[in-house]
Amino acid sequence: MDMRILTIAALAASTILAAPAFGQSFKWARGQDATTLDPHAQNSGQNFAVLHQIYEPLVHRDRQSKIVPALAVSWGITSDPTVWEFKLRPNVKFHDGADFNADDVVFSLERAMGPTSDMRGLLTSVEKVEKVDDLTVRIKTKGPNPLLINNLTNMFMMDKGWSEKNNVLKTQDFKNKEENFAVRNANGTGPYTLAVREPDVRTVMKANPAYWGKGQFPLKIQELDYRPIASAPTRIAALLSGEIDFVQDMPVQDIKRVSDTKGLKVNSGLENRSIFLGLNAGDADLKHDDVQGKNPLADKRVRKAMEMAVNREAIKQVVMAGQSLPAGTLVPPTVHGYTKELDAIPKWDINAAKGLMKEAGYENGFGITLHCPNNRYVNDEKICQAVVGFMGQIGIKVNLAARPMAQHSPEIQKNEVDFYLLGWGVPTYDADYVVSFLYHSKQANRGGWNATRVVNKDMDAKIQSLTAEVNTAKRDATIAEILKWAKDEATYIPIHNQALSWGMKATYDIPVQDENQFYAKYVDFK
Amino acid sequence: MLAFLIRRVFQAVIVMLTVAFISFSLFRFVGDPISTMVGQDATIADRQAMARELGLDQPFIVQFWRFIAKAVQGEFGISYRVGRPVMDLIQERLPATLELAFCAAIFALVFGIFFGVYTALRRDSWLTKVVMTVSLIGVSLPTFLIGIGLIYLFSVELKWLPSFGRGETVKIGGWTTGFLTESGLKSLILPTITLGLFQMTLIMRLVRSEMLEVLRTDYIKFARARGLSDRAVHFGHALKNTLIPVITIMGIKLGALVAFAIITETVFQWPGVGFLFISSVQSVDVPMMASYLLLVALFFVIVNLTVDLAYFAVDPRLRISAVATRG
Repeated sequence: MDMRILTIAALAASTILAAPAFGQSFKWARGQDATTLDPHAQNSGQNFAVLHQIYEPLVHRDRQSKIVPALAVSWGITSDPTVWEFKLRPNVKFHDGADFNADDVVFSLERAMGPTSDMRGLLTSVEKVEKVDDLTVRIKTKGPNPLLINNLTNMFMMDKGWSEKNNVLKTQDFKNKEENFAVRNANGTGPYTLAVREPDVRTVMKANPAYWGKGQFPLKIQELDYRPIASAPTRIAALLSGEIDFVQDMPVQDIKRVSDTKGLKVNSGLENRSIFLGLNAGDADLKHDDVQGKNPLADKRVRKAMEMAVNREAIKQVVMAGQSLPAGTLVPPTVHGYTKELDAIPKWDINAAKGLMKEAGYENGFGITLHCPNNRYVNDEKICQAVVGFMGQIGIKVNLAARPMAQHSPEIQKNEVDFYLLGWGVPTYDADYVVSFLYHSKQANRGGWNATRVVNKDMDAKIQSLTAEVNTAKRDATIAEILKWAKDEATYIPIHNQALSWGMKATYDIPVQDENQFYAKYVDFK
Repeated sequence: MLAFLIRRVFQAVIVMLTVAFISFSLFRFVGDPISTMVGQDATIADRQAMARELGLDQPFIVQFWRFIAKAVQGEFGISYRVGRPVMDLIQERLPATLELAFCAAIFALVFGIFFGVYTALRRDSWLTKVVMTVSLIGVSLPTFLIGIGLIYLFSVELKWLPSFGRGETVKIGGWTTGFLTESGLKSLILPTITLGLFQMTLIMRLVRSEMLEVLRTDYIKFARARGLSDRAVHFGHALKNTLIPVITIMGIKLGALVAFAIITETVFQWPGVGFLFISSVQSVDVPMMASYLLLVALFFVIVNLTVDLAYFAVDPRLRISAVATRG
């Protein structure tokens, strides 16, 4: 009997002791965990989500997506247009106490340019990085690159000494048998230090007592507890039950349920990402259609008819529950190069579309396969189902093939699809990123995601000229010219820009950031 | 005996190789691992270089041979998704799955036998009717719906139990356990019911029908005639005889509980090997998928081998035929 009482007492005591550690932290959930904490191993949003709390780049995009100083206090192009100079923030320390200085910047950028790094694609224009003094760094580019700064917003700074000590001078090499130390350990300059890392379970971060930004940012969150929850219904249930304070990826069908719940709130905003259909307009014949010997999509009238048949407003209301902005261009509104005129949405007009089909000789339509991802964008497969219906109205019999993105994307890269859905985010906030990946003809270094098979040497040259053009007015004119051509050709059918929805306890009220990047340091509450 | 054992081990190796071959050939349809390993702005040249680096540009048979040659040496490679050795990951996740499967098996066995006996003895009581109807739901509803339903009821509405995860765990050597903390035990309840419900209804229906059968036999009538108490007849004689098929079924189903915890683990964000496997499929993590499937195959092979050996020990006829074939 005594033993039993003792056991109960011990159990009760252990719960009481365990309670406070569990109670005070800010619990944040997302669908996917960061795959690794190595800051240069993967160029993906799910990794940056966690990394931005621990590590810092020279500059980053704030909640309004404006480039603001982080580890650099000022920057600019020197009298030589191929050289950028960065003044570094003084008195910054890494979490282990080491000083941050120019050596770390040179080291980190060189590491990010290394052969096993996934960030090197953003630094291909860099020739070399030089230390001028302890707080000054110069980056020399191969030609003038006025947009270099846009590529540095997720380029995190590591400590050279720590990396040497732990043998993480390079990112993970998959041929190696050993795990890289930086995969589960971190030493940044950021507002939070890594306390616990259990992949797919939780990542606990504690406020960095020596953070340089004290007094400049609210920094109200003392402990940040990141909990990946893959299943969307479970994620929402955890928010409804109060186990989670903040859910970053809300399914559109749950927005009403959550915002109607007392004490919870949903904030929505446009993501910097357009969703569109691609058409193979360049090949002589299509692989996935029922027309023999010719390519119906090569006829501009057919492409225009298809564009007119898509009812974007219906997709917004029915498929997206209002969470989208219908689009007439692949360039999202926040991106440099966007204009209202460009974004004019083609009128939804079935009769006119039918007329164009008749004119093109396809009065009775044709059959074609639409390839679609089913796990990548908001309601991607449902959008495609709607498109099947729209195309049916003008006689095009669409066979829908939906599959995971890991199967879908290689087929776009290898030109194996004729009619496909794709989404494109623009991390540089410049139209160059849209046209060089989606409109430049497919080559080893450009046009990787362009499966329209259209080759226009003139436009390719214009797209290439954007990279090194220093004269802003001239550059803007070229962008406008390329985008006008793109809209007129209609090799892509823009559908919309998708919205993001973040669900949270009402006390927090965190606004949506259009790169879907959450920064704990800005969160303010009473 | 030795010849029998050697033959069985040889068969086991063939089974493992076949599983590896089939799973490896299926991976090509899952997609391209490179697409999830690099960011969207990697160029085609970068992607090709990466494929060469990983040997993904080689013919299927070469890739397969390389994997087997390494696996035989106990080397399963680095996960493409998270950049860590595959075996470390599996070892880390296995305790979560085994603890869940163990609890689900106990739950299924205890409640299955209890309700099976009850419904057999009190065929006309209202509780029997309720239990029989509910068991139909257990058999026919898909696991993820049961899981979501339980989460909705016990986490969202009643707020009694956590909706996801394992709670606080305690590390003992290389094993993490949720049995020693309150939040760990609470977290086990819903996934255990979700995973074990189907097995429980199966056992319940099996016990019930066996019980009904046994209760009609002569030796039960004789036992009653001897004036034994109901309790002794039901539990001492009838139940004991119904348990033989139950144990056989449960042995087989234990393997299934471990291997098919995938859905339950995904619904509850349970950090076990099943959840690890699903994440690997989504990102086409070939070393991880191949190793997991080999592990599951090994698990089944060992269970079956043990069962075979047990039969051999128990059933004298098997031994005689073995001698006869040798002679």
